[in-house]
Amino acid sequence: MTDALHRVSVSTLRAGLTAGDFSPAELTAHFLDRIERFDSGLNTLVTRCDEGARRQADAVASQKAEALSGIPLIQKDIFCTEGVRTTCGSRMLDQFIPPYQATSAARLAEAGSVLLGKANMDEFAMGSSNETSYYGPVRNPWDTDRVPGGSSGGSAAAVAAGLAPLATGTDTGGSIRQPAALCGITGLKPTYGRVSRYGMIAFASSLDQAGCFARRAEDCAHMLGRMAGFDPRDSTSVDAPVPDYHGGLPADPGMLKGLKVGLPKEYFADGLVPGTRGCVQAAIDELAGQGAEIVEVTLPNTGLAVPTYYVLAPAEASSNLARFDGVRYGHRCEQPRDLEDLYLRSRAEGFGREVQRRIMIGAYVLSAGYYDAYYLKAQKTRRLIADDFARVFEQVNIIASPTTQSTAFRLGEKLDDPVTMYLNDIYTIPANLAGLPGISVPAGFDQGLPVGLQLLAPWFAEQQLLNVAHAYQLLTDWHLQWPEAYA
Amino acid sequence: MSLSESDVAKVAQLAKLKLNESQVPEYAAELSGILEMVETLDSAETDGVTPMAHPLDLSARLRADSVTETDHRDAFQAIAPKVEDGVYLVPRVIE
Repeated sequence: MTDALHRVSVSTLRAGLTAGDFSPAELTAHFLDRIERFDSGLNTLVTRCDEGARRQADAVASQKAEALSGIPLIQKDIFCTEGVRTTCGSRMLDQFIPPYQATSAARLAEAGSVLLGKANMDEFAMGSSNETSYYGPVRNPWDTDRVPGGSSGGSAAAVAAGLAPLATGTDTGGSIRQPAALCGITGLKPTYGRVSRYGMIAFASSLDQAGCFARRAEDCAHMLGRMAGFDPRDSTSVDAPVPDYHGGLPADPGMLKGLKVGLPKEYFADGLVPGTRGCVQAAIDELAGQGAEIVEVTLPNTGLAVPTYYVLAPAEASSNLARFDGVRYGHRCEQPRDLEDLYLRSRAEGFGREVQRRIMIGAYVLSAGYYDAYYLKAQKTRRLIADDFARVFEQVNIIASPTTQSTAFRLGEKLDDPVTMYLNDIYTIPANLAGLPGISVPAGFDQGLPVGLQLLAPWFAEQQLLNVAHAYQLLTDWHLQWPEAYA
Repeated sequence: MSLSESDVAKVAQLAKLKLNESQVPEYAAELSGILEMVETLDSAETDGVTPMAHPLDLSARLRADSVTETDHRDAFQAIAPKVEDGVYLVPRVIE
């Protein structure tokens, strides 16, 4: 049993701990050993926390056993972890040791989870391939010449390779769902406001949302249950009760009978690669086979989503990233001539190319004379996109679509062409603009590379999302496939 | 909208980023490409649409006007690049 601890569910791990089949220290050692063996080839971690993890695991033994007690996990390096370096994938924060803890990280720690390390990511979460990290690209465990997706690429690749059973991520335009799809695991983005953003380094504050990665939807249910909930420290945190997501999961796929599943025709149009389409169609047939009612729906403003996003997200980023001034924390240039020089050079040296690009786009669309034409216009088109969803959710319970247009692309393939890279996120960005919850679940393989099925639910219907994902995973075993080298 | 090299220099100044001259033409091309993509929004009919500033259309929550924070100055200054006697140091701004 103990040599397969990376292959089983969190509930199984917890049961093993309770039964004394293995100790929290042994469980943590199993994953630390896998990190030692495999991470040099994947680059999923920026910072390893071996010593802290062993200490935390030892402390668990005497704690009251709850779902995540003694379960190891990896935090995306965007979450401030008190006393543990937090880089956000940037040279700007290369030496940053937060003096405080992100609320969601604190909650996971209080639940008794064990922090194995901090995951590599696109710099300041800006990227779809994990190639913009100051710490180098992450490699996809299914094919190490390919990207894991981004921005939470380190988290997704680590779970896919069995370096941790769970990992956190953040999703501003698809940064959980897309890497989950490309790495063949499950990734959940909750409703905007469901999980506190306090201590999660801000990229675009009206879009950012924390979530989680695991092989199984049922494991995500355990994790979300601990991460979610009101936080007075986040002014956009929503004060709504947190259900027992795991307890609410169905025991069998019977709940799919009569479920109304909407297929937005815009998500199956040109650009969708045939191999990906085939897998997603088969997944939908599977749901239909269980009695789900499949309905074609339309989200007519889908085409506006990417351009809307590339006004709003950079605008918010340029404002959020203004705080990095070389004065209070973060990178400071050598020998500044004057204050202006200190700002200009600290920022130019601390930020990479993609971040600089987005800050400049943001500064431009917010500048005098352009605000109405870009920013205000994009806030209006954002509403059109959100209204599309509200209308569709009057007809259906859930939306199903591909998560991405194709499987993982090669390292370097799209790096020099930002617009092509951006357009890639067409199926994931709309949910962020509308604030909706979404999940990506493994739905098969195209030429050996994983394909993701995206499910979107109405605001705060994470339970529904998890239930459908779990029911689908009771029927299929795509989520239990392993890249051979890491099995 | 295509950005000229002088537009890029201006926006870099606004964004407080020092660009090498060699970077300017590349950024001009890349930023122009992004703006060109963004301009497809012009075709959308948005008369009478209320701008959406918050994904749940909620307004900012207010809290009681009471002191809740404790003093963390030492912890915050411990991670600052340059401090002295409890203040952050920057180059002289007044001669």
